[in-house]
Amino acid sequence: MLRNFQWSRPTIAIAILAALALISIVCFMTLGARGSWSFIIPFRGRRLMGLLLVAYSIAVSTVLFQTVTNNRILTPSIMGFDALYVLVQTSIVFFFGPLMLVMLNAHLQFAIEVVLMIGFSWLLFQWLFLGGNRSLHLLVLVGIVFGIFFRSLSSFMQRLLDPNAFQVLQDSFFASFSTIDTTLLGVSTGIVGVVTLVLWRMGHTFDVLSLGRDNAINLGIDYKRTVVIILVMVSILVSVSTALVGPITFFGLLVASLAHGLVGTSKHKYVLPAAALLGVIALVGGQTLFERVFEFDTALSIIVEFLGGLVFIILILRGAAR
Amino acid sequence: MARRFIRRALFCIRRLPWRHPVTGRHLRLLAFAIVVTFVLAVVSLFVGVSDVSLQTLFSTSPEDRPMQVLLISRIPRTLAILLAGSSLAIAGLVMQMIVRNRFVEPSTAGTTESASLGFLVVTLFAPGWPLIGKMMVAAGFALAGTALFLRILRFVPLRDVLLVPLVGIMLGGVIGAVTTFFAYRYNLMPSLLAWNMGDFSGVLRGRYELLWFGLAGTILAYIAADRFTVAGMGQDFTTNLGLNYKRVMTLGLIIVSIVSAVVLVSVGSIPFLGLIVPNVVSLMIGDNMRRTVPWVAVMGAAFVLACDIVGRLVRFPYEIPISVVVGVIGSAMFLYLLLRKRHNAA
Repeated sequence: MLRNFQWSRPTIAIAILAALALISIVCFMTLGARGSWSFIIPFRGRRLMGLLLVAYSIAVSTVLFQTVTNNRILTPSIMGFDALYVLVQTSIVFFFGPLMLVMLNAHLQFAIEVVLMIGFSWLLFQWLFLGGNRSLHLLVLVGIVFGIFFRSLSSFMQRLLDPNAFQVLQDSFFASFSTIDTTLLGVSTGIVGVVTLVLWRMGHTFDVLSLGRDNAINLGIDYKRTVVIILVMVSILVSVSTALVGPITFFGLLVASLAHGLVGTSKHKYVLPAAALLGVIALVGGQTLFERVFEFDTALSIIVEFLGGLVFIILILRGAAR
Repeated sequence: MARRFIRRALFCIRRLPWRHPVTGRHLRLLAFAIVVTFVLAVVSLFVGVSDVSLQTLFSTSPEDRPMQVLLISRIPRTLAILLAGSSLAIAGLVMQMIVRNRFVEPSTAGTTESASLGFLVVTLFAPGWPLIGKMMVAAGFALAGTALFLRILRFVPLRDVLLVPLVGIMLGGVIGAVTTFFAYRYNLMPSLLAWNMGDFSGVLRGRYELLWFGLAGTILAYIAADRFTVAGMGQDFTTNLGLNYKRVMTLGLIIVSIVSAVVLVSVGSIPFLGLIVPNVVSLMIGDNMRRTVPWVAVMGAAFVLACDIVGRLVRFPYEIPISVVVGVIGSAMFLYLLLRKRHNAA
């Protein structure tokens, strides 16, 4: 296999990205470290693991979602999927009370949330995409408004809760890369592992799917089944990333568009790793830069939203110009 | 003097064409809507933690608590709701006319976010300024932000109806990110959150009077209604009819910016209000602005009143901010408008 290896544009891009990702990981672990390593390594290691999981989940889920929906503008978070996760989280506390949160094992709760999330996101997807031919702009706008709707509904429900329960939930509203919920790290790693395995086994279908529905069916893909599986995996990945850091609207869009631009091909075997590596560079490298060099931490999510919004406007204007 | 004025007003009202087959029906419906709004306003006066009822009002002296609560808190609050509701709805209507798109309003065009940025800037650099000065700066920023939005729209060659609000929401997000960044840097996050969450619970006598500017905007919109209706038909058409298109646009932008800034500075932002009220009115009675302005103003006020009363009652004795209630209802309505089978958007 190695004998056939050739340096082409995608492979060079991925190699450079991998090197950069490695550098940012090393910097994250070592820069500004004081005190004993036996404390630093597990402490920073856990956070690094969280960031890696988030970067990977968002990148993979976005690229695959774009493949399934056959466009480069929609992402799960723009379609309101992570606001939906926050809503599911809030409704559990709302309908079963904060006692439930205390009694329930964090893992069990997470499992319930993920299952509900898969169900609802499937419904949302089915309604929006399989309900007839709708224009892309309508879908994006509806998705964004759905996101706003879910967010307002969750904040409405949170206001109805008593202040203690409100405290429990309040953190889930704002994305923060510096306070990662580490209790779910083990489970999340396992889940992401399983998802990766499932996706790996169907990897050959991705490129065909990106040719569009009719072509994919023509080429012998069981379209409906494949799309359902991919979407379930996407909802799981969105749940994982939202549970760990909270909702971030534009990160996926940013990473996926950059990956497509850098690799210069739409083959998933290049785009997927490139997007994941870019995610790692942006999250781990960005976090290192802001935390250790500039010394203000939550600003990263704000900058991601800023850049993501700009990229989105440009993408949509370019799409319109065509 | 007062008696003569009232007699004159009654005379004018009686002279309206109540019996006209089309206009008369509109008039009667409008009168009904005004009565409903009035009833809601009276209800709003008597909803709250402190016991204010007709009985306590009359049985205690005017210096006592119930009368004071009514004068200092309840009446200003109700007035603030009426003014903010009607003027925001009007701002949305004017915006939809000048952008020629059904789905724009101050919060889907970057106007609110720009006003918020302006307010932040003036709070940072000139914290001692009086509120009216800060409001003017916020209005200036709102004007610039909306102008930027219109500028970006020029790059959209094919005027896709849905692309316009999309770009606006994103532009708002980008400006909002800049605002958040600086608010975060300078420890102003709590104030920013307060501006972004419209809430009438802080309204007291002496803290809402700026909202009368909103009424001025509404009246101005009514006076210029025909111009906006014409401008809504496009630049060529407007010029052809001998109107100065640019001047109409500028007037509209100024109304929208001042209203957004005033509401933001006094009660905080209320999302989607300017979108749903004019759309519902347009579904009911069409797009002639001379006819729709009173409707939009009355319905906007009634809608905000109803939402505020709901927000005060659902979790009594606590309150749910108006922006949350309107956010839920407004986004649901927006979704309905988008997903209606045929959206005959302008």
